[in-house]
Amino acid sequence: MNQYPLWKNLLILAALVIGLVYTLPNFYGESPAVQVSPLRSGVKADSVLMGRVEDALKAASLNPDAISLDATSVKARFADTDSQIKAKDILQTNLGEDYVVALNLLPRSPQWLTSINALPMYLGLDLRGGVHFLLQIDMKGALDKALEAAASDIRSTLREQNIAYSGVNREDKVVTVKFRDAEARSKGEAEIKQHFNGLFLIDKDEGGEFLLVATLKPEEEKRIQDSAVQQNLVTLRNRVNELGVAEPVIQQQGADRIVVQLPGVQDTARAKDILGRTATLEVRLVDEEHHYVEGSPAPFGTEMFKERDGTPLLVKKAVIFTGERISDAQPGFDNRDNEPAVHINLDGIGARKFKDATRENVGKRMAIILFEKGKGEIVTAPVIREEIGGGRVQITGSMSTEETRNTALLLRAGALAAPMEIVEERTVGPSLGADNITRGFHSTQIGFTAIAIFMIAYYLMFGGVSVLALGANLLLLVALLSMLQATLTLPGMAGIALTLGMAIDANVLINERIREELRNGNTPQASIHAGYEQAFGTIFDSNITTLIAGIALFMFGSGPIRGFAVVLCLGILTSMFSAVLVSRALVNLIYGHKPRLTKVAIG
Amino acid sequence: MEFFRIKQDIPFMSYGRYTTSISLVTFIIAVIFLVTRGLNFGVDFTGGTVLEMHYAQPADLNKVREQLNGIGLKDAQVQNFGSSHDVLIQVPLKQNTSGAKLSEQVRDALQSQDASVEMRRVEFVGPQVGKELVDNGAMALLLVSLGIVCYLWMRFEWKFGLAAIIANLHDVVIILGFFAAFQWEFSLSVLAAVLAVLGYSVNESVVVFDRIRENFRKLRKTEVAGIIDNAITRTMSRTIITHGCTQIMVTSMLFLGGETLHYFALALTIGILFSIYSSVLVASPLLMIFGVSREDFIKPEKTAAEEVLP
Repeated sequence: MNQYPLWKNLLILAALVIGLVYTLPNFYGESPAVQVSPLRSGVKADSVLMGRVEDALKAASLNPDAISLDATSVKARFADTDSQIKAKDILQTNLGEDYVVALNLLPRSPQWLTSINALPMYLGLDLRGGVHFLLQIDMKGALDKALEAAASDIRSTLREQNIAYSGVNREDKVVTVKFRDAEARSKGEAEIKQHFNGLFLIDKDEGGEFLLVATLKPEEEKRIQDSAVQQNLVTLRNRVNELGVAEPVIQQQGADRIVVQLPGVQDTARAKDILGRTATLEVRLVDEEHHYVEGSPAPFGTEMFKERDGTPLLVKKAVIFTGERISDAQPGFDNRDNEPAVHINLDGIGARKFKDATRENVGKRMAIILFEKGKGEIVTAPVIREEIGGGRVQITGSMSTEETRNTALLLRAGALAAPMEIVEERTVGPSLGADNITRGFHSTQIGFTAIAIFMIAYYLMFGGVSVLALGANLLLLVALLSMLQATLTLPGMAGIALTLGMAIDANVLINERIREELRNGNTPQASIHAGYEQAFGTIFDSNITTLIAGIALFMFGSGPIRGFAVVLCLGILTSMFSAVLVSRALVNLIYGHKPRLTKVAIG
Repeated sequence: MEFFRIKQDIPFMSYGRYTTSISLVTFIIAVIFLVTRGLNFGVDFTGGTVLEMHYAQPADLNKVREQLNGIGLKDAQVQNFGSSHDVLIQVPLKQNTSGAKLSEQVRDALQSQDASVEMRRVEFVGPQVGKELVDNGAMALLLVSLGIVCYLWMRFEWKFGLAAIIANLHDVVIILGFFAAFQWEFSLSVLAAVLAVLGYSVNESVVVFDRIRENFRKLRKTEVAGIIDNAITRTMSRTIITHGCTQIMVTSMLFLGGETLHYFALALTIGILFSIYSSVLVASPLLMIFGVSREDFIKPEKTAAEEVLP
């Protein structure tokens, strides 16, 4: 009666084998590696790059253990940190500024494991060391900036159209335009309506004054906020690239927050400086009088920058304005000939400077230069066709839609859309991270051993079976965590220990039930059967309540606590499987085939 | 080996009045501590900065305090953390200063005095984030409690759900009472431990309640008190062994898990000890008080049948 059908045994065996395979990578450890990834989305990591890396390393007679290529980077693994650091220096000088060369740790597991996606558990920052920042975007600041820009745009539009007005004021979320008479107001309103889709306009007469009250439409407000988050994300990503971090995490959290995680970064001061920096975009005039000669220094008052395709261009040193003056840049199309174009909005000061500069330099070229790592690169250098007022600039000129999108992104990326503030920081040094791993591992190990000794002493053979089931539970839990690549934190490790301590409950329930049935005078086989059958309901019930707690923790917890919740929930699932199915299968193997069993070793 | 070979049922229910009174007293003491001393909330909830520094030789705390005074951090708390080489510095949140830059200031100040000092950990939590963590923690506690009541209601009956949640929330209050009485730091991980204990100790009540229900069906002649006594006596062995095993793990965490896990494990320890007590000696007497009876499980079919007859 206590025999599992073959398929059930095979199923359990298969689960254990899969568990073992996916747990394996955790035992191989990690070795130092160098990771090369392109700085910009335009450049791809491909076999050509891999060839360059290989050649550069060979030339320096460095022998990496392995070189691999994935979607975003080329990784080279080394036997020791000395050759890793040497390789980093060599690759940095060889590949130049277009690539990020970062130190990393790569799993040492064999190729066949990596090819079936069996990776070691993903360690959280509290275990591997690194910095975690939570940045809050000042949304009010973003809206203020947008409204301020709108107010100054309204001013210059009205001035251009020669519409008489007596004042434009912004107060909090409202822009009020004062006109002298109703006629001017209706003309002004029509003009403003045409240029500013996002504004909601109301006429108002107050104390003999003709007012036009403009507020942002809700959808426009939302668009500004969304694009502020997007822009800040892009900017942060560009800046983090400068830090040369192997696996940075930059994510939006909630409506107005951004999480930045930099594993392995110790120099928090530099990280903060780079993340908080502003304006790295400059607009200057191209020097048309001189021509750049290879090798000779740039003439006085000019500087040489390269365009995106690598052609050198001489640019005047005088800056017309910086990226701070750009309030928005969007890809789009030219109204006249539908050519892909980039639309730029400048704020009031930027618009005035731009108007002056374009008036004096019609027919000449101006260059928009983006500074990264202190080195400038020309994003685009269009020809000025006419004087441009009003702060709305359009750049066209044989660009694809993809290029306009990238250019708009780069223009926006120069500055942060809205100020950001660090509202949470968690830094863990690498030594503390390593300590945390050893401690977590140790306490689990000692606890497990103590439980094993006790269970075997107390329940003899059945205790042994329970311990094996508990081992299977640990195996499956680690395998599941590795498979899902869920972040393992220190509370998560505590969660593993805790679920093991709690999982033994199921086996105790079963064993006690079997003892009770035996005491009531049932045969051993019947007792085993009844013990497992009757205990299952209780095991299920008691696990559900812990699962409820785990799910609530997952929903409301953050960071490390969420890691704990994940382990708790997964641990409950694996413990139900192993305590009921695995231990039953083992008991069946030991006792199931004996029809006239008279005694079982249950203490 | 068998620890509990109990032949006769232990008359737990006849002590019900005493055990619930003891609980009530502990509960009131815990509440008094909570009200008078309050919880010593960690940086997660209050906002502020915590720095853990490691020195190559035993650190001189007074010198560290002097250095911190020198850069204007007069209200910083300085204490040893785990060993004499490790120093924990806590700086409360100040209005109008960017807390984010503080860690570098402290590190530079301390390194000017002793170059060997190493920054092991920094935690800075802004006021807004701290407040949200408090809100989320309270929400999680509420949700877990409601979830458990609903589940037990569905699975058993409202009397069981209510008895279990009162018994286990009483555990939670007692854990918090301990943290208030000894002014142990109440951090996010302690909150996680408290919620885990809540889920875990309800297990205990579920196991006993399961038996009570089974007994109502099997032992038709026995009184309600006798049924509960029998259920508790027969599950006692399992209760002690299960909690003992969990406690082995938690003890190992308490002593070997390092400072970070210390209070987490401490909260679990208190929670486990009190959950044994409360689910056996509080939840079941409460069930009696609420007037649980056989009719809650076995529907009196005869009367229903009679009404249908013309």
